[in-house]
Amino acid sequence: MPDALPETIPATVAEKNPEQPSAQQPKGHAGADQTKLLKVRDLKMHFPVKAGILLRASKSNKAVDGVSFDIAAGETLGLVGESGCGKSTLGRAVARLYEPTAGSIEFAGENIAHLSARALKPYRQHIQMIFQDPMESLNSRHTVGEIIEEPFIVQQLGDAAWRHKRVLELLDIVGLPARSLTRYPFEFSGGQRQRIGIARSIALNPRLIICDEPVSALDVSIQSQILNLLIDLQQEFNLSYLFIAHDLAVVKHISDRIAIMYLGKIVETGASEEIYRNARHPYTQSLIAAIPIPDPHHKVQRQLLVGDVPSPINPPSGCTFHPRCPQAVARCKVDIPRLTAPLADKTHLVSCHLLD
Amino acid sequence: MPEALLEIQHLVTEFDTDEGVVRAIDDVSFTARAGETLGIVGESGCGKSVTALSIMRLLPQPMGKIVGGRILFNGRDLTNLPLPEMEKIRGAQISMVFQEPMTALNPVHTIGRQITEVLLLHKAITAQQAIQEAVRILDRVGIPSPDIRMGEYPHQLSGGMRQRVVIAIALACEPALLIADEPTTALDVTIQAQILELIKELQADLGMSVILITHDLGVIAETCDDVVVMYAGKVAEKGTVFDLFDHPSHPYTQGLLASIPRLDTVPKARLSVIDGMVPGLLDLPAGCRFENRCPRREPRCALATPPAEPVSPSHEVSCYRWAE
Repeated sequence: MPDALPETIPATVAEKNPEQPSAQQPKGHAGADQTKLLKVRDLKMHFPVKAGILLRASKSNKAVDGVSFDIAAGETLGLVGESGCGKSTLGRAVARLYEPTAGSIEFAGENIAHLSARALKPYRQHIQMIFQDPMESLNSRHTVGEIIEEPFIVQQLGDAAWRHKRVLELLDIVGLPARSLTRYPFEFSGGQRQRIGIARSIALNPRLIICDEPVSALDVSIQSQILNLLIDLQQEFNLSYLFIAHDLAVVKHISDRIAIMYLGKIVETGASEEIYRNARHPYTQSLIAAIPIPDPHHKVQRQLLVGDVPSPINPPSGCTFHPRCPQAVARCKVDIPRLTAPLADKTHLVSCHLLD
Repeated sequence: MPEALLEIQHLVTEFDTDEGVVRAIDDVSFTARAGETLGIVGESGCGKSVTALSIMRLLPQPMGKIVGGRILFNGRDLTNLPLPEMEKIRGAQISMVFQEPMTALNPVHTIGRQITEVLLLHKAITAQQAIQEAVRILDRVGIPSPDIRMGEYPHQLSGGMRQRVVIAIALACEPALLIADEPTTALDVTIQAQILELIKELQADLGMSVILITHDLGVIAETCDDVVVMYAGKVAEKGTVFDLFDHPSHPYTQGLLASIPRLDTVPKARLSVIDGMVPGLLDLPAGCRFENRCPRREPRCALATPPAEPVSPSHEVSCYRWAE
């Protein structure tokens, strides 16, 4: 069991006012003394691909193919990659919306990778998710009050009066007016709907929130409001985030560490500043170079990546990036590179033969 | 300075909805010059796509209509052009690329058929010539083995390849003006870079003008000569890309530029935000539309719309307080 499962929800979440974030020192910077809240080791999530007349599962889609990482309490790990790289699948597997094919997910000391639904229930309140499209992740036929109250009902916490009070507190924390309670999701804008999703995700005082592209559907001016809210909540409640996004500028802003995924594998990981300033994997370098810089004086000099991401059903041999890699050598087509620490910064891991 | 290709003057477009008449764009004026790229930037609902649909005369019917202003293309007003005349211009002289290539392409027709359709419609050529021309265009937009792709269907292509096909169709008749409405928003960043590069190359080859509609200020900075910033159906500010990024003069433009996370900012620092939300188009304020979110508002801002004032010969802003 994870330590300190709350019997009732502690008052800490409830009593703080989001408008005046307390002047706590930011937590979760690398190097601080932290216990690892989440340890993922060699996680694999393969989906059978049915083909042929008999629809036999002859091949598999290796959406996540051997991924390891840690997240400390209060820390944000940003997970970046292009469509189809497996980042969302990885997030869902960690939240145990899928049962992984292999590997372990150690949460607060317990391997939850293969727990039954019943055994998982106490962990569900500690690992929550925020989704990309709040319109699709909120039940359109429930009021906002019902949506935010539901986690308490599922976990059988409190009576109706207590739950009502908590829902109002949560609305206040995420910056929504109390009158939202009886309204329906369609009455809100995209940014407000994402606030509803965030209120629901923090309702049970979780320790880890998987944020799957939480701001990519939002307008620029709203995106910064939501990013600020997520940073405030993390500092107040010592939350850990697995922050999944394709926008490297957003990820770099919110994350302590970044992992870059390509075709189901992490190809590079390290402190976010280090990755940005000293990216060593050719894929990471191309990703950073491809970001349009909002400065017309900036001279664009980029090496365009050719081609598309290959299918994870038939991944290329050797290093799966080699068909698109501008620096590939003969060895890259044959040998599968391993994630190692070839640099002075031993927390900076790269999976590339060129650094051997 | 290149001559004006498209001049929009005081354009007003309205939609009839169940809840009343919605004025989606209100008194919008700007100019796209020959061979240059004009960016239109703004958030959802600001009217940037409606502007594009108004130019193309593709507003949803019967709800949408242009109720005022002029759209001069090479000196001809498109707003009152008879439909058969407009159809000769659309696709041949002005083309459009949409955000989502899967919905812009017809899923039950081959790629080849969708390109040759445009060619046969606008050019006096035989079916055989159209096929040869289509293969040449597909090759030009960077589609590998174009003769094989001609017989394939949209679902057989990746997102980036589909967008290349959409661009190929739009460019088939070498239009003078290409309107690209969020052409890379649905694409990954490495593919986005490829597509933007392709549009730039083709623009240089063909000497066409591009109107690029996007919400991404990075894309604007990299590709545009001139920029129009729209907010709630009106032009907040317009100028050259250097005017806008070096001397943003409207509080909304300033807020937008300040609120984007950049690669070189301090991690986890608070981003500056624009408080509040865009007003609904059904209950627009009487004065400046940005008034309820503006950090510099004063009483007169709520009373009447600020007029467009020149900041420099190339730069115009609609704000009472821009000079302060």
